[in-house]
Amino acid sequence: MKRRKIIEETIFRIISAFAAYSLIAILAFIIFIIFLKGFRALNLDMVTKIPKGGFYYGGEGGVLNAIVGSLYIAFGATFIAILVGMPAALYINVHLIRLRRTQNFIRYLLDALWGIPSIVYGAFGFTLMLFFGMNASLLAGIITVALLITPIMVRTFDEVLSTIPKGLHEATLALGSTNTEMAFKVMLKQGFSGFITAVLLSFGRGIGDAASVLFTAGYTDLIPVNLDEPAATLPLAIFFQLSSPIPEVRERAFASAAILTIIILIISLGARYLSKKYSKTILR
Amino acid sequence: MVSNTGTMTEQHSEVISKQEETSSILRIDNLNVYADKNHILKDINLIIPKNKVTVLLGPSGCGKTTLLKAMNRLTDLYKELKVDGHIYIEEDDILNATKNIPVIRQKMGLLSQRPYPLPVSIYKNVAYGIKLKGIRDKKLIDYSVERNLREVGLWDEVKNRLNSPATSLSIGQQQRLCLARGLAVKPRIILADEPTSALDPISSKIIENLFKKLEQHYTIILVTHVLRQAIRLADHVVFMSFGEIIEQGQPDELFNNPKTEKLKEYIIHGN
Repeated sequence: MKRRKIIEETIFRIISAFAAYSLIAILAFIIFIIFLKGFRALNLDMVTKIPKGGFYYGGEGGVLNAIVGSLYIAFGATFIAILVGMPAALYINVHLIRLRRTQNFIRYLLDALWGIPSIVYGAFGFTLMLFFGMNASLLAGIITVALLITPIMVRTFDEVLSTIPKGLHEATLALGSTNTEMAFKVMLKQGFSGFITAVLLSFGRGIGDAASVLFTAGYTDLIPVNLDEPAATLPLAIFFQLSSPIPEVRERAFASAAILTIIILIISLGARYLSKKYSKTILR
Repeated sequence: MVSNTGTMTEQHSEVISKQEETSSILRIDNLNVYADKNHILKDINLIIPKNKVTVLLGPSGCGKTTLLKAMNRLTDLYKELKVDGHIYIEEDDILNATKNIPVIRQKMGLLSQRPYPLPVSIYKNVAYGIKLKGIRDKKLIDYSVERNLREVGLWDEVKNRLNSPATSLSIGQQQRLCLARGLAVKPRIILADEPTSALDPISSKIIENLFKKLEQHYTIILVTHVLRQAIRLADHVVFMSFGEIIEQGQPDELFNNPKTEKLKEYIIHGN
């Protein structure tokens, strides 16, 4: 009996450890491949210059247009998603706290929105854009990506808010708070690390998505200076360069992928730092 | 406006207290609470005497916590609870109040089974309720924070780390912080729901001693299932079982001559 338990313990430990470490290995492998294939094209020009004439045939220039476009779209969309998503998540967990069924119904709908493929958001955004007589532009891209990431924002933040013990609600109300005061002065603070995670996930999804910006943001070699100008994005830059027959251009695709990965890693580290910094006071 | 009615009531109750032996601060009329189809509080009629410790005693699940939560209408947080009847806090019927409930709730401080400090610093925990009242004067808030922390005997322990997270305190200190936070709102009543059940014996003792001290200025309603605690603290005991008030009275009388079988049984098992 004892021997059996030891064998069982060992086997499951190995399986679990293998599962965990193989995920890390895959991440390392992806990063390794991207850098291996792209490092020759990864130079200062890539991040400081926009495409010059002949760039797509291996000529001079960089992908600054796509870096800036992607950052504009991701920050803009995340900003809109925060404006809509934060109050929505707080509303579900503060004002609707009694109505479990309504809460669950809303959560179900949000999950459905989360599950819609981004190309569908792209098509929807495109229709919307045509309806309002807009062209492919930074604004259309920001709105479409905001639609894509807001459900992610709400549900991720909501997931953390929903774990807050009811005793904290009671204590807050007993002190004479209104629901709004409870939401913004207590629950937002208590769920702040979840909020940061929500922002990070949304941002990551927004900056990395190609399908939603394909029709809506368009593509340009210039850096947009207005909301109604088209904007290039890194995922599309990768897509276009990767489909080139010229090896130098394909290398640049991997360099662009490396840049996108680095941006996401920086945002991720920053978010972890913020989340740690602001979660010292929370009730556990 | 609010402070006006407060003083009027004070004068009003002083007049009554000359006529009667004790005046009441909270009166419950025909309170019924249903949880889905279960009738969990049945025709509760109760008068809570002012500036005394009233203990709601009874076995787990007898409805005493629900009764306490109905008093400041925290039952609103639970959809399954249907509350019917009247609870008068001074002149306000909180269950049927049309004016704003947060103001009535501020007449009562709450102490729960385990402390729930707000996710902010020690200082801000106490300042929270004061600021909700619209007080912005920093000096006044500082003064009130210190006074209330002194009141619960926490000041000397935390005066050098007022900006540390409240969660960095021990659980016994957190419970005293929650008491100070409640007192800062200047309530007339303290609702305490088994406030020592999560605490070690020394911290429990401190809380009990605080209640004895606070009794002079506050009405304390204490929920407990610990018979000894009821004996130590109560001026008035309300014994409950299965959602009903079985017996009530002064502790000596009640515990020496229980009139009902249920209380007799509880006393025997409780000891």
